[in-house]
Amino acid sequence: MEVLLNNLDSFGSGLRLTVALALTSFSGALAIGLVIAAFRVSPVPPLRAAGAFYVETIRNIPPLVLLLVFYFGFPDIGIVYSEFVSAALILAIYTAAFVGEAIRAGINTVSRGQAEAARAIGLTFTQTLGLVVMPQALRSVVPPLGNLFIALVKNTSLASVISVAELTFISKRLITSTAQGLLVFLGTAIAYLILTLPAGWVIGRIEQKVSIRR
Amino acid sequence: MVAPALGDALGPRGRRRARTASVLAVLAIGFVVYIALRRFAEAGQLDWDEWEPLTQRDVIRFFGKGLLHTMQAASVSLVLASAFGMVLALGRLSPSLALRTIARSYVEFFRGFPLILLIVFSFFTLPRLGIELTRFWSVCVALILYNAAVLGEIFRAGILSLDRGQTEAASAIGLRRRQAMRLVILPQSFRRMTPTIVSQFVTLLKDTSLAFVVGYEELLRTGQIAGEFYKNGLQSLIVVALIFLVVNFTLSRIARRLEVRQRKRFRTGTIAVAGPEDLVTVGLVDPAKS
Amino acid sequence: MSRTRAVLLSMLLCLGLIAGACASDDPEVEGTNGPDAQEAPEFAEDTTMAAIQQRGTLNVGTKFDQNLFGLKNPITGNIEGFDVEIAKIIAQAIFGGTIEDAGEKVEFTETVSAVREAEIQKGSVDMIVATYTINDTRKGLVDFAGPYFVAGQDIMVAKDNDTIKSVTDLNGKKVCSVQGSTSLKNVQEQAPQADVSISFERYTDCADALKAGRVDAVTTDNVILLGLVKDNPDDFKVVENTFTSEPYGIGITKGDQAFRDFLNDTLEEAYENGSWEEAFDSTVGQAGVEAPEPPAVDRYSSTGEASPAPDPSASTSPDASPSASASPTT
Repeated sequence: MEVLLNNLDSFGSGLRLTVALALTSFSGALAIGLVIAAFRVSPVPPLRAAGAFYVETIRNIPPLVLLLVFYFGFPDIGIVYSEFVSAALILAIYTAAFVGEAIRAGINTVSRGQAEAARAIGLTFTQTLGLVVMPQALRSVVPPLGNLFIALVKNTSLASVISVAELTFISKRLITSTAQGLLVFLGTAIAYLILTLPAGWVIGRIEQKVSIRR
Repeated sequence: MVAPALGDALGPRGRRRARTASVLAVLAIGFVVYIALRRFAEAGQLDWDEWEPLTQRDVIRFFGKGLLHTMQAASVSLVLASAFGMVLALGRLSPSLALRTIARSYVEFFRGFPLILLIVFSFFTLPRLGIELTRFWSVCVALILYNAAVLGEIFRAGILSLDRGQTEAASAIGLRRRQAMRLVILPQSFRRMTPTIVSQFVTLLKDTSLAFVVGYEELLRTGQIAGEFYKNGLQSLIVVALIFLVVNFTLSRIARRLEVRQRKRFRTGTIAVAGPEDLVTVGLVDPAKS
Repeated sequence: MSRTRAVLLSMLLCLGLIAGACASDDPEVEGTNGPDAQEAPEFAEDTTMAAIQQRGTLNVGTKFDQNLFGLKNPITGNIEGFDVEIAKIIAQAIFGGTIEDAGEKVEFTETVSAVREAEIQKGSVDMIVATYTINDTRKGLVDFAGPYFVAGQDIMVAKDNDTIKSVTDLNGKKVCSVQGSTSLKNVQEQAPQADVSISFERYTDCADALKAGRVDAVTTDNVILLGLVKDNPDDFKVVENTFTSEPYGIGITKGDQAFRDFLNDTLEEAYENGSWEEAFDSTVGQAGVEAPEPPAVDRYSSTGEASPAPDPSASTSPDASPSASASPTT
């Protein structure tokens, strides 16, 4: 137990960084994901193609590869960001591909009549999407987005590779430098559960709130 | 195709607008690509000197070996994780409360855990607990522990997705629970799960890149070593990304094709793991049944 | 003429006689035994040397990314560097033959800094020659033969940097080193205000960070830095003001006294017969460094209970392991 108690401070700061990283990149992922989803359902073919290209490319490359290309490779072309920003940006870009797909799937669940009615009363495509379809789509999208958030919390661990001192980084350091890896491992598992379990609960609540009772 | 929710075909004015937007979009995309390429070119990163080493036969073979290692770890893990996952799924559906609790706790614990840490743990700590593993197996053990939890959920959903009628019919003709499972339920649900298993393989291939942190010489590490040697880290990593892209894209396509075929054949949804990986929602596409 | 040289000469003489005697019915013997070929020695049963000899391969952990010490050539797949040459010298002492023949029998595994103790305890390698600094913490987990080289920690900065000239100048600066390395600990001690929040698994990553301007300096053993400078002469320079002494040793299973003695004997022999210097000149020397006097091997008495080789848990129980503290260094 000692190894955990002695390092409570490090764990605390690691936990805070993990949360900060997860929240930052999830906001980014939502923003990019919305744009991607809009691209993918737009009536403009090049935009649809661009959206599909984004999703297929990002989804099929391991996020760690993306991170290393960005962090170690891009300085060669003059793009240098700090460790935290690099990690947040790549996690946002990666997660956005899945967020985009989830939102698109959500849009597809909105019944056709809704859009037809919107157009009948003279709304443009953007208005139809923004005022009628999207708000309804987002409701059905809450559970998959919640799951994506939980997956993102776990993926923040990748940032440890570029020396962001989040939970995994702290834990890895203790696992490799002490003989009590098992304790450290269990402690970290609990720390991640502390993050993901409430997240799951909150998602459940939101889901109940926004769900349409028929 | 425009999403069905967004209504029917565009009218004449809409079409005109869409055409204008298309032209603008193409210009904008072209501009972004141009900026990016210029950035590379100005930094000298498009010079053939930087890429040339990656076309040498020995280097290609070296990358091939990395890909092979990635494939080996991923496929061994997929097979063993499937077996273990099936046990977990059966555990979760078992009539015994104890079994259900054990299986459920396992799944909850391992699903909520970052894989990278599991790999570190398996590599550094298991030996200290007296479990000796080669580097390859310590990577595989981590992948298996984790993916068994994910696949277990997929299998469970697959089994539950079968029409109740199947179970009822099986018991009507006098099969016992176990027999029904083995002879009726599993064969059918396994077929339905094939596309999902292929998608999970894609996830596994991506996950294998994490083994990089313990020095397993998979594709990513291969790329890094080559990049160090030829001082073209950016190019080597880009090539690694492209290899992953091509392999995974192909596999994803196969998964999708299998899925479409099954939809036609069984007129039902397959098991959707909404999102990537882990990911997650194991549920049915067909809303009528969920 | 020294004793070892005399032994060597007489061995060669015997070899010549044997080769001559067998030449008629076994022409291969002459082919494999070049002028430097040695006879394979015999070892007492139950020793690690005998086990290795019987197995026919020597499993060595080294670094694959350490220019001048252990660097993997992706084309040939060969690992090249001073550590590799040392491993070959050991292999020759075990298997006999020429150094080239013996080199073929060495199986190299990559061991990054943080995994070295674990790999030895696992028994996945016979020994680790990987710019491995001997210190007391590590002695609690593994044993060391040697040192076969003494490096010193130095600082590498951007070529145009004139403000960092010594370790104290690192206060308030961003300094990169490798996770779990002694270098990291040293800089924290000697420049407590240095920002060491950025650390990676490999020094090449630190060099990338320096090139990108993410850190102000990279600090570790001078020879490693020299290797990085050799590859990027336009970007980096070494301050040339060492502030520690880092004896590099050969890490082996804790308590394997016979093997450790054998390794120490072999190193001393290599000092005498010039093969050590040859190994140095062909590797580290390429970065423009003169071969120094080889360091005296340290035959310290292994503390802590000696554990039998196949039981790695004994030496890692919390009591036997000083590293069980929360210290980030190993």
